Amino acid sequence: MIKKGSQIVCESLLREGCDVVFGIPGGAILPLYQTLPEYPELRHILVRHEQGASLAADAYARITGKPGVAFATSGPGATNLVTGIASAQMDSVPLVIVTGQVNSWTLGTDAFQETDITGITLPITKHNFLVMDARDIADTIKEAFYIANSGRPGPVLVDIPRDAFIQQVDYSDEPSIDLPGYSPSIKGNNRQIKRAAKLISQAEKPVIIAGHGIIISKAYDELRNLAEKAQIPVITTLLGISCFPEDHVLWTGWPGMHGMAYSSLALDEADLIIALGMRFDDRITGNPQKFAVNSRKIHIDIDPSEIGKNISVDVPIVGDVKEILLELNPIIEESVHPEWLKRIDQLKIEHPSLKLPQTDKLLARQVIKDISEITDGQATLVTGVGQHQMWAAQHYRFKKLCSFLTSGGSGTMGYEVPAAMGAQVADPDATVWSICGDGGFQMTMSELATIVENRLPVKFAILNNGFLGMVRQWQEIFFESSYVSTGYSGNPDFVKLAEAYGIKGIRVTDKTQVKPAITEAMDHDGPVLIDFIVEQEDNVYPMIPSGMTVNEIIEENLDQKVTS
Amino acid sequence: MSSFSEKHTITALVEDRPGVLNRISSMFRRRGYNISSLAVGQSETSGLSRMTFVVQGDTKTVEMVAKNLNKLVEVIKVLDISDENAVSRELALIRVNSDVSNRGEIMQIVEIFRAKIVDVSKDTLMVEVTGDEDKVDSLVDLLATFGVHEVMRTGTVAMSRGVAFESLSGPEN
Ligand SMILES: Cc1ncc(C[n+]2csc(CCOP(=O)(O)OP(=O)(O)O)c2C)c(N)n1
Ligand SMILES: [Mg+2]
Repeated sequence: MIKKGSQIVCESLLREGCDVVFGIPGGAILPLYQTLPEYPELRHILVRHEQGASLAADAYARITGKPGVAFATSGPGATNLVTGIASAQMDSVPLVIVTGQVNSWTLGTDAFQETDITGITLPITKHNFLVMDARDIADTIKEAFYIANSGRPGPVLVDIPRDAFIQQVDYSDEPSIDLPGYSPSIKGNNRQIKRAAKLISQAEKPVIIAGHGIIISKAYDELRNLAEKAQIPVITTLLGISCFPEDHVLWTGWPGMHGMAYSSLALDEADLIIALGMRFDDRITGNPQKFAVNSRKIHIDIDPSEIGKNISVDVPIVGDVKEILLELNPIIEESVHPEWLKRIDQLKIEHPSLKLPQTDKLLARQVIKDISEITDGQATLVTGVGQHQMWAAQHYRFKKLCSFLTSGGSGTMGYEVPAAMGAQVADPDATVWSICGDGGFQMTMSELATIVENRLPVKFAILNNGFLGMVRQWQEIFFESSYVSTGYSGNPDFVKLAEAYGIKGIRVTDKTQVKPAITEAMDHDGPVLIDFIVEQEDNVYPMIPSGMTVNEIIEENLDQKVTS
Repeated sequence: MSSFSEKHTITALVEDRPGVLNRISSMFRRRGYNISSLAVGQSETSGLSRMTFVVQGDTKTVEMVAKNLNKLVEVIKVLDISDENAVSRELALIRVNSDVSNRGEIMQIVEIFRAKIVDVSKDTLMVEVTGDEDKVDSLVDLLATFGVHEVMRTGTVAMSRGVAFESLSGPEN
């Protein structure tokens, strides 16, 4: 059958199970857009900025487990995607990005809106392709989906010159994958699994640290079985949050720079660390030479290049964490560690990292606690980057699996708005709360229009401290409170702004109004924005300064009055 | 495991596609690995090229190099053949100052190194030499006393002897 390249793109996307595309058209990709009406099953969501498309696709992928798909035109359209692509690469999120490119015969001539997007994204994609002939589109898109969502997931970009969309070619073959150099290991090595089981049986103070890999591989039950069978406390990484229900007795928080002190201390005191689908990021290890030196380490990850990268390990196992736990769990012995669990309970009492100071002031943390209570830990939480992100991770008690979306590796401010949109598109019935910084919100708030257009009932909570708060905190602690370029004196009236978009806006200035406002937002059948005017100079604690160890942890003095 | 910095020879079988070299060099640059030399050519299979890298670093670094090479979609197989069981060769062209007074002396040196003189002009000689890196280095050093104008080296290519070689990048490393 004769088909145009643009039709082949659409049919290939549908074949891979894609049902939503985020994007913005333009000259080079227009032939593809003009074909979309022939494929009504492919829902296109017209964003307001391409960064919104890549970040929304990221959230969509995290929720559905399918690659998120975004379209953009050549040149500025493609470069606007870059921040979202880099974020997805850092957080192992599968994306398939289709960009239009200038006509193939003008490539390399600095044609209008020509940008070498495969060159630009080379170090921030798992792989990318430039497809010069429509005959290669079907195979390439199949390969793109396969690469994006197998092994360690990541973004794949497919750049297609305008003429290839128009080119008519014979299209009948089933597409095929020809990737001789790509074969992710799934099954773990048996001998190593046995060694791991032995170490687990011998351990007296074991702890699990569970990362994003648990969520990606949907190994929730296997993690829980392991933890319960050998009575091992479960710590998660920031991106691992919501891989293990936080009302479980074995849940032991998350460690690192702003994690709970007892989690970092538990890692430090443990005699065995079982690291599952995580990568010993520097925000967790601090000084890697002094990280958890008292323990042996089992490291299970699908990416061989993560093993031994930051921390040397005793038992490395490469493969899919779910497959490996399915092998491992049956051969470990049931055991209990009452002394160790008691010690952890004691650490929790001695280091009450989640306790709020007594105050009548409106603390951002209070807002998170109240949202957690009112939603009963069942909402999907999306955050930006900064203090509000850390407080959201600390004070929301996640009881729903895969319900915390945040830009961890890249720390991309502005994630909060488009990602909340993508999460709501992915799961229309979910209660999605977007926890926003007043800074980050203003980076991507143009997507409010997209949210309204698509009737997405996202609830926005701006934790408005009038500052680039996290940076201000660093200035306070490390630069003698010299607040260079971190104060916002010209913030807009966010309530009026919401109303301008046709979104219900609520302002909260007092602690007593928090719960009623949250309830009002929940009861409202549509998007709502609450502008919480919170304490401006509150700090995130605990804090382990960059490159330090748990011994240098700074904890909040709860007796001291909060500064104003 | 040695932790001191030394030269390692790694070979990679890669798909012969536009941009592959770019991806590989980008990975080396980004991760801060040091390539002392790089040679690329067609392999025995059409559509596939073989690359030889000489990399400076400790064992761990070289292990990470191999793992990160392997992670690239277009890289098919990576081998560390640093052990003495490999043959490594490089070709160099050296243009050296020479006139009738020292031509004989240079020719003697060239002879000892089983190198060849491939071009002669009034006051220079061009020498072609094949051998491992050390041999080429020594010849260049010796010729330097006469004044070396230009050196053009291909970079090392290497192949292990026999058939059994160990992959550095197997998942269980
Ligand atoms: C795109 C981007 N630019 C800059 C930064 C550096 N940065 C990290 S946190 C932060 C402050 C964020 O301010 P806001 O969104 O208001 O959140 P808050 O910390 O006040 O809760 C900044 C500027 C970043 N992470 N991302
Ligand atoms: Mg702020």
